[in-house]
Amino acid sequence: MSGPQDPNFVEDDAVEELPLQELPLDGWHRAKGARMVGFAGYHMPIQYEGIMAEHLWTRDHAGLFDVSHMGQLSLTGEGLDAALEAIIPASIASLGVGRQRYSMLLDEEGGILDDLMVSRRPDDIYMVVNGATKYDDIAWLLDQFPDEITINLMDEAALLALQGPEAAMALARIVPGVDRLFFMQCAAFTWNGHPLWVSRSGYTGEDGYEISLPAEAAAAFADALCAMDEVKPIGLGARDSLRLEAGLPLYGHDLTPDISVIGADLGFAILKRRREEGGFIGYARVAKELAEGAPVRRVGLTIEGRLPAREGAEIFVGKTRVGTITSGGFAPSLGAPIAMGWVDAAHAAIGTALEIEVRGKRIAATVAPMPFVPHHYHRQKS
Amino acid sequence: MSRYFTEDHEWIEVDGDVATVGITNYAQEQLGDIVFVELPEEGKSFDKGGDAAVVESVKAASDVYSPVSGEVIEVNGALEGEPALVNSDAEEEGWFFKLRLSDASELETLMNESAYEKFVASL
Repeated sequence: MSGPQDPNFVEDDAVEELPLQELPLDGWHRAKGARMVGFAGYHMPIQYEGIMAEHLWTRDHAGLFDVSHMGQLSLTGEGLDAALEAIIPASIASLGVGRQRYSMLLDEEGGILDDLMVSRRPDDIYMVVNGATKYDDIAWLLDQFPDEITINLMDEAALLALQGPEAAMALARIVPGVDRLFFMQCAAFTWNGHPLWVSRSGYTGEDGYEISLPAEAAAAFADALCAMDEVKPIGLGARDSLRLEAGLPLYGHDLTPDISVIGADLGFAILKRRREEGGFIGYARVAKELAEGAPVRRVGLTIEGRLPAREGAEIFVGKTRVGTITSGGFAPSLGAPIAMGWVDAAHAAIGTALEIEVRGKRIAATVAPMPFVPHHYHRQKS
Repeated sequence: MSRYFTEDHEWIEVDGDVATVGITNYAQEQLGDIVFVELPEEGKSFDKGGDAAVVESVKAASDVYSPVSGEVIEVNGALEGEPALVNSDAEEEGWFFKLRLSDASELETLMNESAYEKFVASL
């Protein structure tokens, strides 16, 4: 048997040649029986008891994820709002304290350099970017920002996510008040004297939180959560299958510089004023594609049978190649394979019948609405 | 009957000139939850080490090699409906296919159970 050929966990994500770094919770993961793999330059837990069980546990209860490999940035300085709006397409001027938005870094041609979360805290703007891209992101931001803006990479902070229908109940037990946050709201709390920055968000499609805290407090905090019946530690493998079912794109796979915001179906992240006024890097492409549509689109695909189609598999209509799978696997909550891919716009409508080539065989697929599994965010009623 | 093992974590159990092939318990543990097994066609012939089957876990696909040369005479149809049999019983009910051996001397190049146990312990 060959080693598993998994596009997510091989050298393309590892930082070339550099030794892997350790997360603040490295020893904690190993003590919990995690199998560790190299990902985004770190030793990371891919699974504890098994991807399927961990996935289903998160959908039914609460899963604790260590995402400390991600880049946590604190931005400060005179004129920060305008400086940031000149780079990212999010509306920063209208972003209130304790509010978070999804956005992205674009290159001059409108290709996606990274996707990110941005929120306003009382004394800074806090940004979470992907682990594999964080150093490139900082270099890019430094190039663009005026001298007045300071970027602090918070590498002394851990980042944990607690996700699932029982996350709010569990977290509120040790951090009272977090249950009052709605989806995409955030606030400061304390736990045992340690400062926490908590947002009600995540990347599984479930209700839940992301918690930034000092690295030295992370193991005790993780223990306090996992001592509860509702909470189990969950690895990267289930994080990937959960986000795929939730229709959420993974940077480096579903999102790269080769796809645009509109092509990636992320237009929701650009509000009306910014769509009309522009003034951010890559706007020309966004404006053009808002008017004309994008030539290539990120779509969801349901797959007939049980054979999963993986990243890199080619998509056809008859003899014509019309796209590529960008991530795919087995969906534990659906009991069937699903995928995301980039498809020529002419073949991207919901319900379009396509074929995917897997090891020389064609399997039938259909363009499907995303998410594959409904989101259960705790949204504020308007 | 005697059972042999490969360094690629296949097992092969020989009964006369017919051998049953599967992946080891160690292999299924490494793969995690198995969701699909692509089996060879009956009548197909393999050389020793040839690509014989593919096993898909939630996350990844792995090739399964033929431990020796031979012709496929039967495949385990139960895996089609229940691929998780490979997780629950890799070395018995979760077998992949049966081969008619074309060169029994190739078995001498494989490990016996105690050699395989030592090999796994060294990984």
